[in-house]
Amino acid sequence: MKTATDNAIEGFKARAAEEGLLDVAYAGADSPFGPLLLATTKRGLVRVGLPNQDADALLVDLADRVSPRVLEAPAALDKARRELDLYFDGKLDRFDLPLDWQLSSGFRQRVLRAIDRIPYGQTRSYTEMARKAGNERAVRAAGSACGSNPIPLVVPCHRVLRAGGALGGYGGGLPMKQALLELEGVLDDKSSS
Amino acid sequence: MTPLPPFQTVLDEHSAAVMGILRGAVGRDGAEDCFQETFLAALRAYPRLEDARNLRGWLLTIAHRKAIDHHRARGRRPIPVAEVPETAAENGVPEPDERLWAAVGALPPKQQAAVALRYGSDLPHNEIAAALGCSPEAARRSLHEGLKRLRKELG
Repeated sequence: MKTATDNAIEGFKARAAEEGLLDVAYAGADSPFGPLLLATTKRGLVRVGLPNQDADALLVDLADRVSPRVLEAPAALDKARRELDLYFDGKLDRFDLPLDWQLSSGFRQRVLRAIDRIPYGQTRSYTEMARKAGNERAVRAAGSACGSNPIPLVVPCHRVLRAGGALGGYGGGLPMKQALLELEGVLDDKSSS
Repeated sequence: MTPLPPFQTVLDEHSAAVMGILRGAVGRDGAEDCFQETFLAALRAYPRLEDARNLRGWLLTIAHRKAIDHHRARGRRPIPVAEVPETAAENGVPEPDERLWAAVGALPPKQQAAVALRYGSDLPHNEIAAALGCSPEAARRSLHEGLKRLRKELG
């Protein structure tokens, strides 16, 4: 049951959004792997938290690095949530969401932008990503850029593998990476690296 | 400097206290609007806030100002006293006594805030002092004066 305080909070948030005070809006979303956390700025999706990541810590980090005006506002993430649902159902092979890249910079951001262009159902090696970002020898740095990807799933770092096809690492855990690649038809079920 | 927590945390932790003091200060009908004004003002100023250690005091100070604005806008007319409600309160929680809160609303601002913070929000003296920006001793005095006046008025 909604209390008068709930109504007042709702009214406050609607007015905050109208006034342009929602620097970071966030919401939870369901996924086959567990709950996700989605966060957007006025520019676009800025952060996706995977099920094994601490949502509270992630919000504190956003408050620190983007703006302390962080509020739960599910409506602002309706489109992202809808596209992710379709993606998990195998019905969407390209996200059409504006992105805010401000949580990465320099070489890391160049790696992530290169990853963002890997098509659905394909994979690339860390070496190729390093080369695309302008430094072929910085393979390890490219790996760590993938590991620090603030917008996983939508920026598909799960499509980056080790040379030779080994899975490498994944912020959401290797079983999740494997399942995503199976979903995209890259790996057969039960195949392992 | 203590880093500022996400504003949602501030809202989660203090909305009940803010609503409590506002119900005491402006009555049930004005409280929702004052609540929105309070948190909007807080959210606007939030990134520039330099000290995150007493967020509750900061919010209650803003709420107090919004309550005063509310009374000013109404020309400080006394709050009309409703009839005694004949229906039972939701969840068995007694409805706040309208006559009492109307009398609280008519107190001078500092006394009004002290009483509302103490009995509407259940704050200890030191937090009332922080919210009002005065010493705990002064907060205690405002509370005492406010209560004395209420006793006299309500007999």
